Amino acid sequence: MAKIVVVTSGKGGVGKTTTSAAISTGLAQAGHRTAVVDFDVGLRNLDLIMGVERRVVYDFVNVINGDANLKQALIKDKRVEGLYVLPASQTRDKDALTTEGVEKVLNELAEEFDYIVCDSPAGIERGALMAAYFADEAIVVTNPEVSSVRDSDRILGILASKTRHAEQGKGSIPGRLLLTRYSPERVVKGEMLSVEDVQEILAVDLLGVIPESQAVLNASNAGTPVIMDENSDAGQAYQDAVARFLGEDREHRFLTVQKKGLFGRLFGS
Amino acid sequence: MPLNRQDARALDDPQPRHQLRTHPLEFRPMSAPAAAARPAALQFKGRMITVTVLRLLDASPEVLSRELDACLSDGSGLLAGLPTVLDLEALGEAAGGLDLAALATLLRERGVTLIGLRDSGEAIRARASAAGLAVLNVDGGRAAPRREAEAAAPMAAEPVRSLLVTQPVRSGQQVYARGGDLILTAPVSAGAEVMADGNIHVYAPLRGRAMAGVLGDTGARIFCQRLDCELVAVAGHYRLSEQISDAEREGPVQIRLEGESLLIEPM
Repeated sequence: MAKIVVVTSGKGGVGKTTTSAAISTGLAQAGHRTAVVDFDVGLRNLDLIMGVERRVVYDFVNVINGDANLKQALIKDKRVEGLYVLPASQTRDKDALTTEGVEKVLNELAEEFDYIVCDSPAGIERGALMAAYFADEAIVVTNPEVSSVRDSDRILGILASKTRHAEQGKGSIPGRLLLTRYSPERVVKGEMLSVEDVQEILAVDLLGVIPESQAVLNASNAGTPVIMDENSDAGQAYQDAVARFLGEDREHRFLTVQKKGLFGRLFGS
Repeated sequence: MPLNRQDARALDDPQPRHQLRTHPLEFRPMSAPAAAARPAALQFKGRMITVTVLRLLDASPEVLSRELDACLSDGSGLLAGLPTVLDLEALGEAAGGLDLAALATLLRERGVTLIGLRDSGEAIRARASAAGLAVLNVDGGRAAPRREAEAAAPMAAEPVRSLLVTQPVRSGQQVYARGGDLILTAPVSAGAEVMADGNIHVYAPLRGRAMAGVLGDTGARIFCQRLDCELVAVAGHYRLSEQISDAEREGPVQIRLEGESLLIEPM
């Protein structure tokens, strides 16, 4: 039985697509057959982050409309065994995502895969609602700043009432928090909310904290999911997050200011 | 001042009394996938809005326009666009001579958004509809104490229904406990609204808006473990976050109405 995971946030630009790419790659690396689906119809980005933009022939909307079958549209990742990307359509809008169409595609994917990762668009309109509607579990991506936290709170409310799970009377789907672009230095200076602050406001379990890192930008530019950059702090933080997602108990890292060079030693910070 | 009731579907279900209902956290009509069969061009939503009541103490158009100009000329733009309801009660007999259509124009020219008239009798109703104005049954602070006395007897005879919410109330969600108390055991987020005809108890931080006694029960209270709210109100008398001092926010508090003022007291 495949598990459908939605990666969502409400606010744009917080790292949903980066996270979808990293988590799906991590799940595949752990040996689970994984498909990552871009729900951001009209603003397709996942293909770039996954580095498959030159291999897009058919897309999600083509499959919904029956112009292509799923096998034709799925792009096999060349680096990680068992990882596939279903790109969004760039020329259509989110109204092309019908409930029946999305359900049909997800059902078909569920026969082939262990995990289906749905990369939600920003906002709380149709695309985001469709990405979340069939999910069994949610990863809520949040930046440590007030507007992002409020939007995530809104999304958590929607997950509690507007998913199939909730409509069948089974309550909210489990949602976990992934805090991205975290900078302990700025938290110390009072410029950023701390993990504790965010967790207290949102009252959900913490899946992971991804430090602000140049590696994320480098990975996006290179079209390589950042989790594959094993030497980077962000890559390692995503690996921890995937391990926790799969039930492993790992301590949170990168939460405190790292001692750095001469100044760190001199001032004992 | 409540003009509109919340339309939480789950709350409209007839429930046996004497029973603590739990709330499925599903509040408003929505445009979610399952709602696809419903009309897409229309959405009905219950909303609480604050209206300004403009009491007229003189029926002469000249006096009114002069005084209005004086009020509005301070440059603050405070009244601009505020939904406003006219109260003609103080005019008594003189209300009969008032040209409502001209008065509406006068107000609109000055940027006051007139939505209607406070209901004060049959004669006014007919003339208001002729002038294209709504007639609203607005329970002001003055009317509330009378209502409370009337309400006391049935309240004692019949057990009060309470609504228990154990899930966090998130930004954008509304919970309304119709006819009774609202008890929350999880936080109320910034951007969320909790309302009750009776008291509101929050055994968690209150960060959103809380309105007790929305039907005008001035005896209603709000209790919370930590007051970090955007707005608290009892029977339409409200205080905004910026009107609450740091000292008043410390520790568990109760909020009640004494006369016209909203008191925040430590517990």
